[in-house]
Amino acid sequence: MSQEQIELITIDALLEKVRAKKAQDCRLVQISATQLPGQIELTYSFDLNSQLTNLRLSLPGEAPHLPSISSIYLCAILYENEIHDLFGVQVAGMAIDFKGKFYRTAIKFPFATSAKIPCASSAAAPATCATPPPAITGAIK
Amino acid sequence: MARTVIPFGPQHPVLPEPVHLDLVVEDEKVIEARPSIGFIHRGLEKLAETKDYIEFVYVAERICGICSFIHGQTYCQGIETIMNIAVPPRALYLRTVWGELSRIHSHLLWLGLMADGMGFESLFMHSWRMREKVLNIIEATTGGRVIFGSCKVGGVRRDISADMIKTILTDLEGIEKDMRDLTRVFINDSSVKARLSGIGVLTKQEAWDLGCVGPMLRASGVAQDMRQQGYAAFKDIPVVPITRTEGDSYARCAVRCEELFQSVEIIRQAFAKIPEGEIAVKVTGNPTGETITRTEQPRGEVVYHLKANGSKNLQRFRVRTPTFANLPAMLKVLPGCDLADVPMIVLTIDPCISCTER
Repeated sequence: MSQEQIELITIDALLEKVRAKKAQDCRLVQISATQLPGQIELTYSFDLNSQLTNLRLSLPGEAPHLPSISSIYLCAILYENEIHDLFGVQVAGMAIDFKGKFYRTAIKFPFATSAKIPCASSAAAPATCATPPPAITGAIK
Repeated sequence: MARTVIPFGPQHPVLPEPVHLDLVVEDEKVIEARPSIGFIHRGLEKLAETKDYIEFVYVAERICGICSFIHGQTYCQGIETIMNIAVPPRALYLRTVWGELSRIHSHLLWLGLMADGMGFESLFMHSWRMREKVLNIIEATTGGRVIFGSCKVGGVRRDISADMIKTILTDLEGIEKDMRDLTRVFINDSSVKARLSGIGVLTKQEAWDLGCVGPMLRASGVAQDMRQQGYAAFKDIPVVPITRTEGDSYARCAVRCEELFQSVEIIRQAFAKIPEGEIAVKVTGNPTGETITRTEQPRGEVVYHLKANGSKNLQRFRVRTPTFANLPAMLKVLPGCDLADVPMIVLTIDPCISCTER
């Protein structure tokens, strides 16, 4: 990757590293997940003085789980619910947990390796209309 | 006092796109706002795994119907960074012009929606009447009004002739004059001020901590604009971010009003400096590598994370749109406001749900 700085970290160091970013007054720019063979790669991007820095960690492809950083960066709730709904990563301790209903996708965890995506010709109409409203826990105070 | 839950959206007169809020209210005061999106998630990011990276510009442009050009531009910039493609300078200037035309028409669209939300119908119609003139320029130079189809990996598909540049500059003079009259109402009218001032206040630190971007961030006093990074022709055309310090709905409106004239000035400078030459280079091979590219859309910073492994399909195409970044702030400022102010606060983040649910 050009220009952007990536620091490889372990899952155990995530909260400590994110706290350090917060202490530097960095802005959380995004959290991105990438499905790779046998693993899910997560990239946490931060901005300080318009310079981008990134923390990167890998999760196992099977039963991935992650601690939430929403106690440090509240805005992480959207990224973390998205990563759960699209990749099937279990995120513990989210300030607002949409319980898998952040995105009303017809296929469960559509971006995960295990997702069964029907081909276009045989795809049935998505069942999203029948999806019940989300049972949200938590709120922004 | 008894609490009542009032559903707001996904179908609501001020919402062009579906987002839902459960508003917990005591009397007329909002105590809590519980969001719900996800009605129209399209999974466009997944399509990158099956589409050729060259033809995928077509999909990137269709993430949004308003800032479509800058989506295509950001995607192309990302691929060009990974493949070390030197885009011809003229193409960079043309991208800058079309990007700023997009910003003008997007802000005029928003001003119209805001006026409509306030019940100021004549102001709404004037805003969109002016937007039509900008769309006419876009149509004359690209053939499209919303989806331009002008950006491609390695440059642009169309040039703008010298005669057309003269015509555009003349048209811009008239548009600028009209916009002065229009924004004077948004800035000075007592009813607009009464409706927006002190509503949905976000402090500088709150805006930063909640990850806000674009006019939402700048209206709270943070001078950050991705155009300062110097992509496209912005290395030759410096941009000074337009900021306000009040952090309220009025400040967000005022920032967008001022940005209209900033964009007109950028287009003038771009046409004054545009070099002659090719508008595209031939691109061969497949990308290998990764980049995170940021540009400034009308609603703020957009982030493209692209990862390629040497095949014709990208390994990962991830887009963090400005509305996605601004949603937490909207939820932060809603508690404590009057129920009648909810539409104004929701509108002042300029929500684009099709972007958010790409």
